[in-house]
Amino acid sequence: MLGWIDTIVQGVLLGGLYAMFAMGQSLIFGVMRLTNTAHGDFIILAAFGAFSLALAVGLPPAAAPWLALGLMLPIAFAAGYGLQRVVLNRTLGRDPLPSLVVTFGLAIVIQNLLQEIYSADPRSIESGGLNTASVSLGGGLAVGTLPLLIFVIAVAMAIGMQLLFDRTPIGRAFRAVSDDKDAAELMGLDHRHVYALATGIAFLLVAVAGTLHGMKTTVSPADGPALLLYAFEAVIIGGMGSFYGTLAGGIILGVTQAIGFRFDPGWGIWFGHIVFLAMLVFRPSGLFPKTR
Amino acid sequence: MALLTTRKLEAFYGDFQALFGIDFEIERGEIVAVIGANGAGKSTFLKTVCGLLKASREAVSFDDEPIGGLQPGRIVQRGIAMVPEGRRLFPSLSVEENLLMGAYAKRSGPWNLEAVYDLFPILKEKRSDPSSALSGGQQQMVAIGRALMSNPRLLICDEISLGLAPIVVKEIYNALPRVCAGGLTVIVVEQDVGMAQLVSSRLYCMQEGRVTLSGPSGDLTREQISQAYFGV
Repeated sequence: MLGWIDTIVQGVLLGGLYAMFAMGQSLIFGVMRLTNTAHGDFIILAAFGAFSLALAVGLPPAAAPWLALGLMLPIAFAAGYGLQRVVLNRTLGRDPLPSLVVTFGLAIVIQNLLQEIYSADPRSIESGGLNTASVSLGGGLAVGTLPLLIFVIAVAMAIGMQLLFDRTPIGRAFRAVSDDKDAAELMGLDHRHVYALATGIAFLLVAVAGTLHGMKTTVSPADGPALLLYAFEAVIIGGMGSFYGTLAGGIILGVTQAIGFRFDPGWGIWFGHIVFLAMLVFRPSGLFPKTR
Repeated sequence: MALLTTRKLEAFYGDFQALFGIDFEIERGEIVAVIGANGAGKSTFLKTVCGLLKASREAVSFDDEPIGGLQPGRIVQRGIAMVPEGRRLFPSLSVEENLLMGAYAKRSGPWNLEAVYDLFPILKEKRSDPSSALSGGQQQMVAIGRALMSNPRLLICDEISLGLAPIVVKEIYNALPRVCAGGLTVIVVEQDVGMAQLVSSRLYCMQEGRVTLSGPSGDLTREQISQAYFGV
């Protein structure tokens, strides 16, 4: 019995990480219907960026990753804004193919660039023992401190993004351009700027996700596509346009994988895909769809 | 003094020419109607004025400055607001959020949430409802309120009676004098010729991308209008 509780708890925490991967994707897709197939690679890029910055700042390992993340946030926002404004805005239109092709190309460029710089060896961001620390829940149950922290941050992200979307002028602008770009333009909104802001914010989330992922486990340059898949599955299971849905989607995916892993170490990922496919068959709009 | 003038205005959808040299003028504080059958180019004309379709810079002048082909956002900031055909509200925004979108251009003036709710009290009751839950007439009120929120100098209403019950149309047009009380200039586009003649001081009739008739609304006869409207 305890073993099952442990499995569920670990699955929920793993789901927090998946939800974090998915949050930026959810925002980009929700605002401009853009499928960013390089999303996972941007997370890995952020992980390597934090890895190098953490080494460069020369602080003790318990503090270095956090400072690295702090330094990376403005860079990530600017990169996201610039990428959308200069490249991705030009690919948007009625035809989804150009944006798919361009982001797919970006994914290949990022993977090879990372391989060129860092080689194919897996690396991890030194966190001064945080990645092996644990918290006892009593009754013989314990959870990792870092996974717990990741989960808490993922929940905070979901709440923060949902509030931003529902309650603030910038969120209102996001929903308006998502509804009707031309009508929003008539109100004086520049959709190119609004899209770029959305991608900038998404890249902030990517920077956080990448850094924490790099601290929790090892990353190598070719890891991106797998992360993209988990992010996608979380968004679809949760339903488009709802950040709480994305959080729930991530958790469902994490718990299913954990259960699968418990049956057989080779079954975890497969179980996750099964749930995703079942979702597509029985409830294709997801659990909490906001947009059609 | 004319507030908005177009000179030999042309517009294209790709290779297809939709407007053939429109000369149009509206004085400050005037209400002018534009009538014409489906496909006559009325909406195209408005879209071009608002910057949604390209035009040569000199073809449109507003307040004596050339504005043809500017970004729609720039044109709103100068004080032209449009109530688009089919209302085009934002379905995932509440009534109040829709109105606030209109204030995005941040122009100062008499119109704010308070004033719009004063004009259409029903909207205050429904302020938190999604705009898609409103009746057609109420949605049209939101669309008009949203345009007013930008405190325009020129308000353009594209077919605001389309698809609405006659009594609702009357209710909306009854609000027009109060809207114009502050000296607002208005262009109304209508398929309902009677209504257009009633509310405007002058009217233009369009057919196949050209102006076929213009003059004081009261002086034009039924025969003149039907000649210009249908070309027969």
